[in-house]
Amino acid sequence: MIARVLIKPKEGILDPQGKAVERALPTLGVESVGDVRVGRMVELRYEDRAELESLCEKLLVNPLIEDYEIEAVE
Amino acid sequence: MTFGVLRFPGSCDEVDALRACERVAEARIVWHADTDLDGIDAVVIPGGFSYGDYLRVGAIARFAPAMERVLEFAARGGPVLGICNGFQVLCEAGLLPGALLPNEGLRFLCRQIDVEVAAAGTAWTGACREGEALSIPVKHTTGRWFAPPELLERVEGNGQVAFRYAPGDNPNGSLNDVAGISNGRGNVVGLMPHPEHAVDPLTGSSDGLKLFESAARALAAA
Repeated sequence: MIARVLIKPKEGILDPQGKAVERALPTLGVESVGDVRVGRMVELRYEDRAELESLCEKLLVNPLIEDYEIEAVE
Repeated sequence: MTFGVLRFPGSCDEVDALRACERVAEARIVWHADTDLDGIDAVVIPGGFSYGDYLRVGAIARFAPAMERVLEFAARGGPVLGICNGFQVLCEAGLLPGALLPNEGLRFLCRQIDVEVAAAGTAWTGACREGEALSIPVKHTTGRWFAPPELLERVEGNGQVAFRYAPGDNPNGSLNDVAGISNGRGNVVGLMPHPEHAVDPLTGSSDGLKLFESAARALAAA
């Protein structure tokens, strides 16, 4: 099975990357987009959901500063 | 007395760290795949970009074979110092509380800075006075130390903040101006500034040497 692990900075944690993207928006004339948060996406193949979740907690995500969700692709 | 300096693929400050250690003791490089720390009395995890800093700074280095030995070494009370990327590795490894986030201003910082010693009771600060300012360079992109409120309170309450940036001189937006942290026992210390680059007046300051002298002194007294 294939999944995508979507990782983003926890709510309330300043995300300078998101802010930098946001600051570029007015120069593009974009006005209706805001609250940008930049995270990471890890796509992987797995067989055991429990093992995948444990991998997320151990390596892919730092739970102190990041939230994540697992999205099944196929 | 021998200091060991870890080298990961992507480390870049290990030679300066080795030279700094050699001012106070014998020192040798420990390759990341090595599985013994035999004869090593103190460990330094240097700056750089271990494993390319892929995924998250310090995240992959934490699982290196040598790091497993460092975890055991630290648990036995052995002195461990993490500098910059080494600090990030120690946080990822759970040896130190908190995490390092990208600088508030997103820019790479590289400048000489005043760092105040906030706790002189650790293995790496015993030769300093509390409140003493050390002139040491910083150079990093991901140095904003962070901890959730309850953890921050615990760290402050335990006196685990080892170094703070001088008032008004916090370069990265770290909580409470934190520049460096120790574990509860005081044998493990991590900091973003680079004491190994400040060991000779020729390069502007020798204040950084005090950290290495502190560890040598603590080991000699043990």
